[in-house]
Amino acid sequence: MSMDTVCKPELVARDYKSDIKPVWCPGCGDYSVLSSITKALAELQLPPEDVAVISGIGCSSRIPAYVDCYGFHGVHGRSLPLATGLKVARPDLTVLVASGDGDGFSIGGNHFMHAARRNVDLTYIVMDNRVYGMTKGQPSPTTEPDWDSALAPGGTGISPFRPLVIALAAGANFIARGFAGDPNGTAKLITEAIRHPGFSFVELLSPCITFRPDQKNWKTQVHDAVVDPTDDMGRAARRLMTDDGFNTGVLFTGERAPYQPPVGQATATVSDLEERFAL
Amino acid sequence: MKPTNASPTENLNINNIEEFLAHARAMEREAADQYAELAEQMEVHNNREVAELFARLSAIEGKHVDKIVEKAANRDLPHLAPWDFKWQGDGAPESAAAMEAHYMMTPHHALTMALDAEQRAADFYRRVADETDDPQVKTMSLEMAAEEVEHIAWLKDWLKKYPEPDVGWDDDLDPPMLQE
Repeated sequence: MSMDTVCKPELVARDYKSDIKPVWCPGCGDYSVLSSITKALAELQLPPEDVAVISGIGCSSRIPAYVDCYGFHGVHGRSLPLATGLKVARPDLTVLVASGDGDGFSIGGNHFMHAARRNVDLTYIVMDNRVYGMTKGQPSPTTEPDWDSALAPGGTGISPFRPLVIALAAGANFIARGFAGDPNGTAKLITEAIRHPGFSFVELLSPCITFRPDQKNWKTQVHDAVVDPTDDMGRAARRLMTDDGFNTGVLFTGERAPYQPPVGQATATVSDLEERFAL
Repeated sequence: MKPTNASPTENLNINNIEEFLAHARAMEREAADQYAELAEQMEVHNNREVAELFARLSAIEGKHVDKIVEKAANRDLPHLAPWDFKWQGDGAPESAAAMEAHYMMTPHHALTMALDAEQRAADFYRRVADETDDPQVKTMSLEMAAEEVEHIAWLKDWLKKYPEPDVGWDDDLDPPMLQE
């Protein structure tokens, strides 16, 4: 246990919460993720004005409104390009990206791969509930093939997307999985992800109790991974081959240097650019 | 991983009063915050009766925080990272199991949730008392456990007013959709 009796934190988790009341369904795992994010920011004592939270569209993407930092609630699937642009232009900021399994792995799936490949210093937090909750319960890329619902009778029959496998193959520098029902463990994962240089990917199993009430059972299914994190891609890949989707903890910590182009002087003003697009 | 908000199973091993008070303060504060958050959630979903109930529970826990802050006056409490508290893997023992909440929940469900939380808090304080070597920690922890037991009795009385609702209380042919 680490205890610091000298240096008391000045900022506490509630300092990072905005006055806007979340409109998620009661019981949603995203409340817990929000709490974990604010705990992580407090633990790192990051000044709110030095943090930006960027998102796309979906239940999870409402998070920028609920934190008292800079934020941008962007367009569907495009949180990573926005965040990448922000981070390369303002490397002094800590940039978190919030997404869900629909936003992040379907329409935003291509950006996910290339953000991992570029390895810009971002922390990508995906709240995975294996369903499109905001639009009332359609199967998402991570939905189990046999999940039977009114909108997909008998299930889709399609193999789910495996986010950790994709992240590893595409070059993410930090890969972890957590569970919203473990808010303090999740805060630790997010803290480590922010500290780790390069593109950090954290998949958080975050139950949707409205459209996936079966996910209430996740609390009995998740378990700590019995292995330590590795910096060996081959070993991480082998572990993923036997992953049941409920292992939690840090899987991979790479040592690739983050991509950060030099920040130079602007070569054109906004007005110049606008003129070039004028019809 | 243990189930959400389960009682801790590791040796608690809290052997000085400052560390104990740091745990107690965090536990009561998280409980107060959790109830306040649940009250807001119910307000948003226009479940006013349960919103008021959670707000009341939050105020009660807030008073506990004040008591602990008073006991901790002039003491230098250690800073603990969220994951360094003895309730590893779970939320603090006294926090309501928020993931069990439902927008159509009734006072019966809310009070049952609170009762479970108080029981976990009482268990936590008792276990600290059992496992500590510090007589001051033992005394204070037993005092707090006794307070939690009082709350349990009080909540049980309160719950008598609200029998368990019939099956189907959560049926909704048009479940919520977030407002964009």
